[in-house]
Amino acid sequence: MEPVAIIGAGMTDIRRERTSDTYADLVFEACGKALDDAGMTIADVDVVLTGSNDFFDGRTISSMAVMDACGSYDKNVSTVEGDGTFGAAHAVMRVLAGWGTCLYCVHHKGSESVMPLITNAMFDPVFERFLGIEAVTSSALQARAYMDRYGITEEQCAKVSVKNHGNALKNPVAQLAMEISVDDVMSSPYISDPIKLLDCSPVSDGASAIVLAGRERAGAFARKPVWVKGIGYNCDAFHLGDRDLARSDALAAAAKKAYMDAGISEPATEVDIAEVSDVFSYMELMWLEGLGLCGPGEGGALIDSGRTAAGGDMPVNVSGGCLSGNPVLVSGLNRIIECALQVRGDAGARQVEGVGTAVAQGFNGPCGQSQCVWVLGGDV
Amino acid sequence: MAAGRVGIVGVGMTKQRSSRRDVTGVELINEAVRAALDDAGIKRKEIDAVVIGNMDHFEGINYVDTWSVDGSGALGKPVMKMTTGGTTGSTVAMGAYYHVASGMFDRVLAIGWEKNSESDTTGAIITAFDPFWDRPTFAGAVAGLALEATLYMSETGATEEDAAYIAVRDRRHALNNPYAHLKMDAKIEDIMATPYLSWPVKLGDMCPRTDGACAVVFSSEAAVAEFPNPPAWVHGVADRHLWAYTSDPYVNQKVVGGTWFPAMERATEELYRKVGITDPLEQIDVAELYLPYSFAGLRYMESLGFCERGGGPALVRSGETDMGGRCPVNPSGGVMSSNAIGATGLLRVAEAALQVQGRAGDRQVPDVKLALATGFGGCYWSDELVLGKDKPEKVRG
Repeated sequence: MEPVAIIGAGMTDIRRERTSDTYADLVFEACGKALDDAGMTIADVDVVLTGSNDFFDGRTISSMAVMDACGSYDKNVSTVEGDGTFGAAHAVMRVLAGWGTCLYCVHHKGSESVMPLITNAMFDPVFERFLGIEAVTSSALQARAYMDRYGITEEQCAKVSVKNHGNALKNPVAQLAMEISVDDVMSSPYISDPIKLLDCSPVSDGASAIVLAGRERAGAFARKPVWVKGIGYNCDAFHLGDRDLARSDALAAAAKKAYMDAGISEPATEVDIAEVSDVFSYMELMWLEGLGLCGPGEGGALIDSGRTAAGGDMPVNVSGGCLSGNPVLVSGLNRIIECALQVRGDAGARQVEGVGTAVAQGFNGPCGQSQCVWVLGGDV
Repeated sequence: MAAGRVGIVGVGMTKQRSSRRDVTGVELINEAVRAALDDAGIKRKEIDAVVIGNMDHFEGINYVDTWSVDGSGALGKPVMKMTTGGTTGSTVAMGAYYHVASGMFDRVLAIGWEKNSESDTTGAIITAFDPFWDRPTFAGAVAGLALEATLYMSETGATEEDAAYIAVRDRRHALNNPYAHLKMDAKIEDIMATPYLSWPVKLGDMCPRTDGACAVVFSSEAAVAEFPNPPAWVHGVADRHLWAYTSDPYVNQKVVGGTWFPAMERATEELYRKVGITDPLEQIDVAELYLPYSFAGLRYMESLGFCERGGGPALVRSGETDMGGRCPVNPSGGVMSSNAIGATGLLRVAEAALQVQGRAGDRQVPDVKLALATGFGGCYWSDELVLGKDKPEKVRG
């Protein structure tokens, strides 16, 4: 893959309910911040991509509402529905195909969504939906399958929540920055066994944007470019019964492709930090296994070891992750942005020393069915 | 840059019907996918990536990309969903084009589909618009188009009969298309006799609601030789999605003093500049246009530069857009004959590819070198592609 650079990034604060802002307002704020960060104006942008989801937005062409706000007037523009890692991957394609600069933005207002109904609509209308299964209950099935297979405990999952909420204390955009204990997580009420309240990411509002440029334009703006070294994405079977829920073949395939692009052969030693979509606490452990950052079933031992803590040798979700703020779809782009800020050395109080290679992960569909992996680095 | 030329090497479509009760959405998708793979002479395993689109609220499926893998063939492959309303099918085509042009993939499958029989189409379309400012007064696609038609008639003196000519033309063309939904050898008087839906738009002026799917295989220049069909090369793509509110077009024309449809005009200007088109009526051999209703077949000819402003009725009535004319429009029967919304824009691209490849059967226009395909949707948005028989001289974004 030819290198493409992230040359600007902007995020709104992630909050429970941004009542004073429409989602177009959030997009306007995020795009403005990304352009300011890049030291450019909208006139420097050649093509725009947006990300949205008609169900969450309650509008049948949900991207239409942001056409003013994203600055796409009189530019080529398109929309990818789904997680920010996928939309941003298509933005990379536009740049590789010859567009000089591409602005990509994605938004979410969970506060205006009815999550159980909307995520129930991911399931097949004939064969599954009537069960009432949705994001939390399907993930509980996956969590149980994963924990039973490898002997992962609820306490180990709770440690992920403790770590990530604690990390969020140093992230000014995070929604739930909290100093909590494993006991707090363990004593929080069950939402769907084995998932408890503090194992869940919150309902959130937010938007984010990035500016991408090809090799020719990357150096022309204010920021030191962060290079996209590899991208892989891949999709698993749809019906939960058609999959081995305790592992993610799609993530393994996506990671393999991204690492191949980036020339990484030993991810567990070559990756400095990872930002993964810990929508539920068990997911951080499962996704780290899928990413090859530990072996199958070793996610529990990894969190016990402290290596993934902010001060460890492979910090994971130093931003606080999705557990500390989860504007769906935006969350994937936020993983990429955190990696970019860390590689750039602009992560403020949560900066990890010497980040050369960072990995971001996001997904679409029930139980992480469709997975996307990005590898970022400081050098071409 | 790694950007490369891209060709279309396979096309598959289902028969377009008002109601396909015999299949689920996934099975409908699968019909088109199998047809496209067979047409391209390849197996599922040879596809590198899949792009799929529809309008979520029509079937009520969230995450169609992940739900449809059993039919789309995306299991174990990269899959992405692209959705922009009426332009979804053309957006998917452009998305697949960029997947290949980026150098990241060699063989990409684009899928557009819709099962309108399972939807409240107008109800869903109304929710596209702003809940505070637009939705209380917006009565759906028919009424919105009636406003455009009224404005166009008052501005140019075009008549309802001029529009009926388009309905007659496209549905007569559909007689040659075994996949089309509405095929009719009607007369202008027959269209005029249909009931008004929203003046001046009559039942006979509107596209139908259709169940259908379309799939198209895009190939990199390096891989085109693997396929038995000659490639239909993508010569250029351009789009404009200018507006967010239903009132924007009126403000643009009445307050700002602009034209009615700048999205199509600006996209056309960019596309023709990229491809080198100065006289579309002469240079473009066939056009597959997303005409959601009859009046669009007059007005869009002007925005696409085939004639001067107000010249649409005279051009169309001259017969130059009929089969046998200088630039036949919609040999397939177009959207007036079949409108499975998420498939519709991609069907325009698929039909343009068949014309360029000389494989369009009874609806083939002789000796097609360049073909234009468009998508219409959103809030008067426009997607446009030019396909060509000859390999383009240079790679164009």
